[in-house]
Amino acid sequence: MSEITLAPLPVAGRSLWQDARIRLMRNRAAVVSLIVLALMTLACLIGPLMTGHPHDRVYQDYVRVPASIDSYPKAEAIPAAVQRIASRVRAIASDIAVSQDGVRLTLTSQRPIDQRLLVYFDRSDQFGTPKILANEEDGRRLSLDVPIKRQRFWFGTDANGRDLLTRTLIAGRVSLAIGLLATGVALVIGVSYGATAGYLGGRVDMLMMRIVDVLYSLPFIFFVILLVVFFGRNFILMFLAVGAIEWLDMARIVRGQTLSIKRQEYVLAAEALGVTTGGILRRHVVPNTLGPVIIYVTLLVPKIILLESFLSFLGLGVQEPMTSWGVLISDGARSIQGAPWMLIFPATFLVTTLFALNFLGDGLRDALDPRDR
Amino acid sequence: MLSFILRRLAIAIPTLFVIVTISFFLMRVAPGGPFDLEQPLEAKVMENLRRIYQLDRPLHQQYLTYLAALIRGDFGPSFYFRDFSIAELFAQGLPVSMRLGASALALALLIGAPLGVLAAFRQNEHADHAVMGFATAGITIPNFVVAPVLQIVFGLMLAWLPVGGWNGGAVRNTILPIVTLALPQIAVIARMTRAAMIETLRANHIRTLRAQGLSGVTVALHALRGAALPVVSYLGPAAAALLTGSVVVESIFAIPGIGRYFVEGALNRDYTLVMGTVVVVAIFVLIFNLVVDVVYALLDPRVRLE
Repeated sequence: MSEITLAPLPVAGRSLWQDARIRLMRNRAAVVSLIVLALMTLACLIGPLMTGHPHDRVYQDYVRVPASIDSYPKAEAIPAAVQRIASRVRAIASDIAVSQDGVRLTLTSQRPIDQRLLVYFDRSDQFGTPKILANEEDGRRLSLDVPIKRQRFWFGTDANGRDLLTRTLIAGRVSLAIGLLATGVALVIGVSYGATAGYLGGRVDMLMMRIVDVLYSLPFIFFVILLVVFFGRNFILMFLAVGAIEWLDMARIVRGQTLSIKRQEYVLAAEALGVTTGGILRRHVVPNTLGPVIIYVTLLVPKIILLESFLSFLGLGVQEPMTSWGVLISDGARSIQGAPWMLIFPATFLVTTLFALNFLGDGLRDALDPRDR
Repeated sequence: MLSFILRRLAIAIPTLFVIVTISFFLMRVAPGGPFDLEQPLEAKVMENLRRIYQLDRPLHQQYLTYLAALIRGDFGPSFYFRDFSIAELFAQGLPVSMRLGASALALALLIGAPLGVLAAFRQNEHADHAVMGFATAGITIPNFVVAPVLQIVFGLMLAWLPVGGWNGGAVRNTILPIVTLALPQIAVIARMTRAAMIETLRANHIRTLRAQGLSGVTVALHALRGAALPVVSYLGPAAAALLTGSVVVESIFAIPGIGRYFVEGALNRDYTLVMGTVVVVAIFVLIFNLVVDVVYALLDPRVRLE
């Protein structure tokens, strides 16, 4: 009786994508970039809810205060602030004693103090509602206990007294959203146009690529400014349109890929089986072009974020009180001497994101490039 | 070769014609006009202005008039910069922008290419990481951040160079703008040279050179010829963009180039200025694409110009 030996199980093959993922995970810079991008997105999404400041809240008493971990108002600034308010109440403050969460002071005046004027304490961003401890000399002398409102501005405030941390995070939302939105539009148009041109070939291909060539020679910024003119302040529409311009490179890349894919035997087989052109494009051509396309997408997102910053720098981008990294940076660049933090923080956020996207793109290129095995 | 160049120039004319046509009608479809001020002009004044600039004629007639003038080389008068013709504006601004752009391009090539070669020879070593880190920074930091930082450091803190202005083209005034323009180009050129060089160094003819025991410099020079191809094809559009001026650099450093005309022209509906800029930029793009193809053929004997 012959022994029956079981054939060894075939080693499970790895698909291109599994292979690419393993290679990507081995690339330390790419993994770090992925984590940074995830954290950045998370911070921009939920961060503005946690800073305790709305992005458009103006703190008149804190215009252009420097970044600080300690809370405002600073202990040494309180007596001067108290004196300023006292003079509006038409009284003189004395015996100012600053404690952790309140100020005790005495207001004296020639005439009886109008207690309604104490609302000035309330109105300032630094103090709460004062409590009258003692009322002497027919109201000419008031002892007050004023609670201090503590505020934290980790990134400082801008020229209007708005919290820069909140604004930077909100700006991140806008910049990232614009980058993704415009890239999405470019992706859809570029892939379908390029795949169609490449697959149909011949005259159609020549005509379609000729159109791309003509669009290439048109100065890009011309389009963008026209779009601004057309769509005005609606930046969502505008960036849909920017995406509609940025598809040219994508179309070329996809067309090049398609030209080699359409000679493959599986496409021939599909044609022989009578699959429609649209079906072949969707099922066989487009999925196989995705490698280079994904690489290009990771490089297109930073390009569009930079473009938005550039437009905002020219004053054509996002409008107040909404903001984007580009707007913040151009504001910061203008006040770089007096308030360097206004440039440093938004620029750091922008550059970090762009760095991460670029490293991720490089990592993906290495991971997906089959020549490199 | 000559017939190739002539044929390409012949194709360029219809392309230019299409570009002019598209931009002309796009510009006219945009709402607003060149004489729309905050306070509207009197109807009679407006009517006269429109008649003088021939804006009251039907659109297709205006288009034909413009085309006819363009063929004669006449760009027309500016609507916004009164008393100037477009040709005069370009005669003043174009040399300025071209000088800055050409210097920046030369600087970028002189620094970027050697950096890229160095990184390729020291692949995955410290020098490589340093160059690639610098290159990524150069690409990601926008020039409107670089420019004010340079102004602060070299203009105010060290007080070595003027913060802005053109000053008749004094060399001192051009240094900061040229560096600002060159930095991202250095970065891109270094990256592309490195990538192309790494690929070329694996080629058979380079292995043969190495086997013959030739020195590193000789090998590098031979490899550079092959590695230059992708860089050259990048340089074409880049040169066209640099030579026609940069809005950001020219406005930050207060330089009278043509870069800002585009934005100003489009925002003020200065039809002739925008059209003039479109034509000039398109000519630059077409010429440099042609130059790239010719250089390509000279560098790579496998490429045949048909």
